[in-house]
Amino acid sequence: MNHFDFSHDHFTLFGLPRAYRLDMASMETAFRALQTQYHPDKAASLTDADKRMALQAATRVNEAFQTLKSPLARARYLLLLAGVDTQEETNTAMPVDFLMQQMEWREAIADARAASDVDSLEALGRELRGVGCAMETELGLLLDEQAAHAQAATVVRKLKFMEKLEQEVGDAIERLLD
Amino acid sequence: MALFQIAEPGQAAEPHQHRLAVGIDLGTTNSLVATVRSGSATVLADETGATLLPSVVHYAADGQTTVGYAAQLRQSEDPRNTIVSVKRFMGRGVKDLPDSAATPYRFVDAPGMLKIKTVAGEKSPVEVSADVLRHLKQRAEASLGGELLGAVITVPAYFDDAQRQATKDAATLAGLNVLRLLNEPTAAAVAYGLDNAAEGIYIVYDLGGGTFDVSILKLTRGVFEVLSTSGDSALGGDDFDQRIYCWVVENAGLSLLGDHDTRLLLTHAREAKEALTDHAETRITAKLADGEVVDLALSAEVFQQITAPLVQKTISPVRKALRDAKLDMSEIKGVVMVGGATRMPHVRRAVADFFGREPLTNLDPDKVVALGAAMQANALAGNKGDDEWLLLDVIPLSLGLETMGGLTEKVIPRNSTIPTARAQEFTTFKDGQTAMAIHVVQGERELVADCRSLARFELRGIPPMVAGAARIRVTFQVDADGLLAVSAREQSTGVEASIAVKPSYGLADDEIARMLQDSMQHASEDMLARTLAEARVEAESLIAATRAALASDGQLLDAEERAEVEAALARLQAASAGEAATEIRAQTDALNQATSEFAARRMDAAVKRGLAGQKLSELG
Repeated sequence: MNHFDFSHDHFTLFGLPRAYRLDMASMETAFRALQTQYHPDKAASLTDADKRMALQAATRVNEAFQTLKSPLARARYLLLLAGVDTQEETNTAMPVDFLMQQMEWREAIADARAASDVDSLEALGRELRGVGCAMETELGLLLDEQAAHAQAATVVRKLKFMEKLEQEVGDAIERLLD
Repeated sequence: MALFQIAEPGQAAEPHQHRLAVGIDLGTTNSLVATVRSGSATVLADETGATLLPSVVHYAADGQTTVGYAAQLRQSEDPRNTIVSVKRFMGRGVKDLPDSAATPYRFVDAPGMLKIKTVAGEKSPVEVSADVLRHLKQRAEASLGGELLGAVITVPAYFDDAQRQATKDAATLAGLNVLRLLNEPTAAAVAYGLDNAAEGIYIVYDLGGGTFDVSILKLTRGVFEVLSTSGDSALGGDDFDQRIYCWVVENAGLSLLGDHDTRLLLTHAREAKEALTDHAETRITAKLADGEVVDLALSAEVFQQITAPLVQKTISPVRKALRDAKLDMSEIKGVVMVGGATRMPHVRRAVADFFGREPLTNLDPDKVVALGAAMQANALAGNKGDDEWLLLDVIPLSLGLETMGGLTEKVIPRNSTIPTARAQEFTTFKDGQTAMAIHVVQGERELVADCRSLARFELRGIPPMVAGAARIRVTFQVDADGLLAVSAREQSTGVEASIAVKPSYGLADDEIARMLQDSMQHASEDMLARTLAEARVEAESLIAATRAALASDGQLLDAEERAEVEAALARLQAASAGEAATEIRAQTDALNQATSEFAARRMDAAVKRGLAGQKLSELG
């Protein structure tokens, strides 16, 4: 089994430029090529040391893939590499219109849930995804073109709110359909 | 241990020697063993030519064990000692059984997993499964003429960690070297995908004897990537038999049936279900122990009616899997039907209706899982074929830890590609705390009580520090079998105190089992103390917050409302001085309830202030 360099960052590991806007197709190709080399199945008839190495390497490759695939995680990771803390746990200051909007969405979710209205929840999910997409586009601009890290960190915090809401909508739909 | 009898793979065997490896489908109703011979996968038959082995084990008083058809013959006459559908009990306790009245067995609750009382002693489901596996191992070795290097054993994709671990233990107990636990729908996809050179996104709908799985896979140039999986590990063909059985009992006006009659009617129910695959009507005729004769006609239409809720129950996991994979129906290239229960015409129709297309049924639904497992076993054993492929599978259920107030903190979300690892940091709660209880759970629910408890262990020897100073890193590692290992380590000092516990019901590994049990005892004591401490802290902080709110925004309440809040406040204070954590919790909830309207008014007021141009950060 080939040696695996655990010191590489995720972009280097995948042979990709360190940027927010990624060519998803080449990332997936790189992911499959790496797993073809390092997946534990490839070490099943090798020594125990190789098996351990394969487990660790494949775990790292999966972690890198998960991070780079998700717009939120990718942005967070880029900021981390740039030495910027996104302060998602500590910094809760948000523009008031964003907070108002959050409250409205939350109420809409609660109402739809109370009314067992799956269609409304699905529509809401689409609306949230739309807003999330716009934020992702903004991140591309801020990270790749303007190197505006502080602003990008703010968008990351907002996007995290959006993901939580989307999750809530998903959970609500699931509960209603079960 | 059998593992050590096998030479180091890759060294002992001659370079060109074909290594004997098999795939085993350990099913609820039937089990199979398959291998790759001269480049093609085949199911191995017994001396009579039968390929299916009924997953039935009979235990006799003289210690003799029979497996398969021979055991099946005994089930009406000796139902208590003839174990059928044991897969349903793997990794399960007595309290997990939905409907134990319908089985003739006498269960004994044991830590981790139930046991079944037989004339040959108490048998755990692991031992019963091991008897089935041993039988298949012998069949394979007789057929292939040599000792097996190893086996791939299939498990339902929706099996949780306890069920997977139990399956692996059973294989080890049967003297098999487990090359990999492989998810049944993934095995089916391998057999289907390689046979048809399929590319694109496929759904595998796998309704077996006792389990239901749905997996969504993306097939790209030899890579089988599972995008999501869902299911129900207690739903299968058995349940359809059960419905027919209930219908018979009702329509023949029977009551209080003995074990013998129950088993007899269940067998007739299964035969009726199978007959209705090709016929519009069938007769159920049986003579009960007291001489009463049951004679009823069951039409396909009635059968469909009484089982419609079961068919419907398979659809919500399908929706869930689609949602988790973020896929639209239009992106699906094909739906592959797997498992004997998908022979039922109304199941096929329901799937066709849901997807708006005919499902693919050109593979033998009983054999496809074993064939795929054989292909994978052959590849893992290092018998290089012309084509190579890669399987990327996922975990079906989220893994997490218990946190404050009996809540679950998810550490690894469901549908994460395996192998995967995730670490989370925790800290001590009390000054001078030297131990921490760790409770590992699996499931999607918020409350720990609603998830499956996998393991409890504790980290001891934390150096005494002030509360919050210790940094305890808990690491979850899920391997390619989908099995979890958890370790915990204190980080902030140079002192290392770590323990790794693999959740195990430990027939193979007694030491871990003992360790787990020991720590369970200590853990429960610590948990009690911790629960009380946590309840108090929570109460104190709510009291402080309520007082502060009354002081700053008391004008938002009228006199009566304020008196109500203050009464609840006083009750919580009184409870907090006592020793009963549940009472503290109850009064905390009561105060939260009493202040909910107040909180809403304060929020409105704060937002209005915000709009009026005040500092926004105050809102957070």
